[in-house]
Amino acid sequence: MSARYLPYVLILPVTLFLCLFFLYPFVLVSQQAFTTGEGFTLENFRDVTSHWKFPISLQNTLLLAAAVVPIQVALALLMATMVNRMEKGRDLILYIWTIPLGISDLAAGIIWLAIFEQSGFLNSMMSALGLIDRPTTLLSYQSPLLVFVAIALAEIWRATAIMLVILVAGIGLIPKEYYEAAEVFGASPWQRFLRVTLPLLRPSLSTALILRVILAFEVFAVVQALGGTLFPVLMSETYNYQFVLLNGGAAAAIALIILGISIAFTLVILRALRVPKGATI
Amino acid sequence: MTAITAEADATASPRRAGRVLYGASVFLLCAWVLVPLYFLLINTLSSPDAVNSFPKSFVPEFDLGSLSFFANFAGMLSALQNSILVAGLTMVMSIAIGAPAGYALSRFDFWGKELFRFLILLTRAFPLPLLALPLAVMFIRTGLDDTVFGLALVHTTLALPFAVLITFSLFSGIPMELEEAAWTLGCTRLTAFTKVVLPLILPGITASAIFAFVISWNEVFAAAVLTIENRTLTAFLLQNLDTSPLHLKFAGGFILVVPALIFIFAVRKYLFAMWGIANR
Repeated sequence: MSARYLPYVLILPVTLFLCLFFLYPFVLVSQQAFTTGEGFTLENFRDVTSHWKFPISLQNTLLLAAAVVPIQVALALLMATMVNRMEKGRDLILYIWTIPLGISDLAAGIIWLAIFEQSGFLNSMMSALGLIDRPTTLLSYQSPLLVFVAIALAEIWRATAIMLVILVAGIGLIPKEYYEAAEVFGASPWQRFLRVTLPLLRPSLSTALILRVILAFEVFAVVQALGGTLFPVLMSETYNYQFVLLNGGAAAAIALIILGISIAFTLVILRALRVPKGATI
Repeated sequence: MTAITAEADATASPRRAGRVLYGASVFLLCAWVLVPLYFLLINTLSSPDAVNSFPKSFVPEFDLGSLSFFANFAGMLSALQNSILVAGLTMVMSIAIGAPAGYALSRFDFWGKELFRFLILLTRAFPLPLLALPLAVMFIRTGLDDTVFGLALVHTTLALPFAVLITFSLFSGIPMELEEAAWTLGCTRLTAFTKVVLPLILPGITASAIFAFVISWNEVFAAAVLTIENRTLTAFLLQNLDTSPLHLKFAGGFILVVPALIFIFAVRKYLFAMWGIANR
């Protein structure tokens, strides 16, 4: 076979597979969202957005992302720069810090449930310190803030590792000469971070942010494990429409709303962190 | 003389303070990751009574009560088996389909290459679990609904972009000259690949296969949507969150975590190489 056609033969399986299981389902989900039986309609979207739970679940999803993602960026940057100047034990520390990468959101929710449930470790610690006499219910209707904090902590715990990996890989690609030059000109460590690391890390930062923000809008199992129905989010609404209310059209409509938000944020991040034309590392 | 040592002390003490602060933060961040995992371990290795009692002990009592309750819970073992099957199928399919494309991207300049790369990147920017909804309908029509194979197809869609980009970065790390040398020594394109490139790339391919396994093993939403009788472990645990007792949840969570820990340990060397080029 000639080398001219070989690459196309090699990418054919992926292309076919993604057309069948990625593009085609998207056509289907849009169709499902925009029809109710007789032609094109926005009925599903109207149904979904006028439901009393929609504003609260949208708000919860966005608030959670707004609380979690900035902390994760800061934490991942801190960890990545700390690892970068580490001489011994680098591999061990990196392994420990990337452990949550392999842990599913459901397992992370269960792990933090062990801490926050009524007979859990937080209550045990507080009673050992003499702060409380008997265990209090931490995750309940009376304490929405605590439910939010527990979910946010579980998300930060679980999903900072993916950003860390991307950022460590990105920092590894920055030539050491730039730091040496900056040092020669008398830049302090903080200035080196601000003027060398951050700008050159932009491509990695945008990859990490996009991946993380999209996953933040899909938050589901952590919330189910810790908050259950106390903390409705968009993804759990999708699940409810599909299985409890058996309304496929409405589920598809929420799915498209999540997709729309994700695309909007992806474009904003790409625009904000774009590398100027002609600039390369 | 004294002035010099005093000056040296003055610069050394903030530096020492900085080092202490640095060490302390490294230690704290390690604890932040490990302590919650330790709590889960305590709960898993305690009897069901101890798990539900208060206050909690901070040392495990090494009782296998919770784990044996988990193993005897109706449907749990078959859910575990389904999880392993789906993840295994996903692993094989995503590498078999993805690796050729990764090779093509690293070795050839062809028309539409940038477009193809862009499309692969784009799939990562979409909330993929949402695909499960329309696929549920499609699978019912084709008879794939509630099967291990059907779910593995969806998980392969999730793992495929990673498989392509990771194998692309792995193949790019092997010089083209090696292959060309093999051709001049009488190898065909195929034998050069199987005799020269494949042995070099195999550890990396294994690592990205393991990564695909973990993606499927951990996936919750699509698994819950697409399976009813043949639940995977994540779907089974999710479905029973409201009703199952605490010790069942914790034992289940533990079983979910253990393979992930081992796998991340196995691929740790490749984790960063995989992301380095996949970024660009």
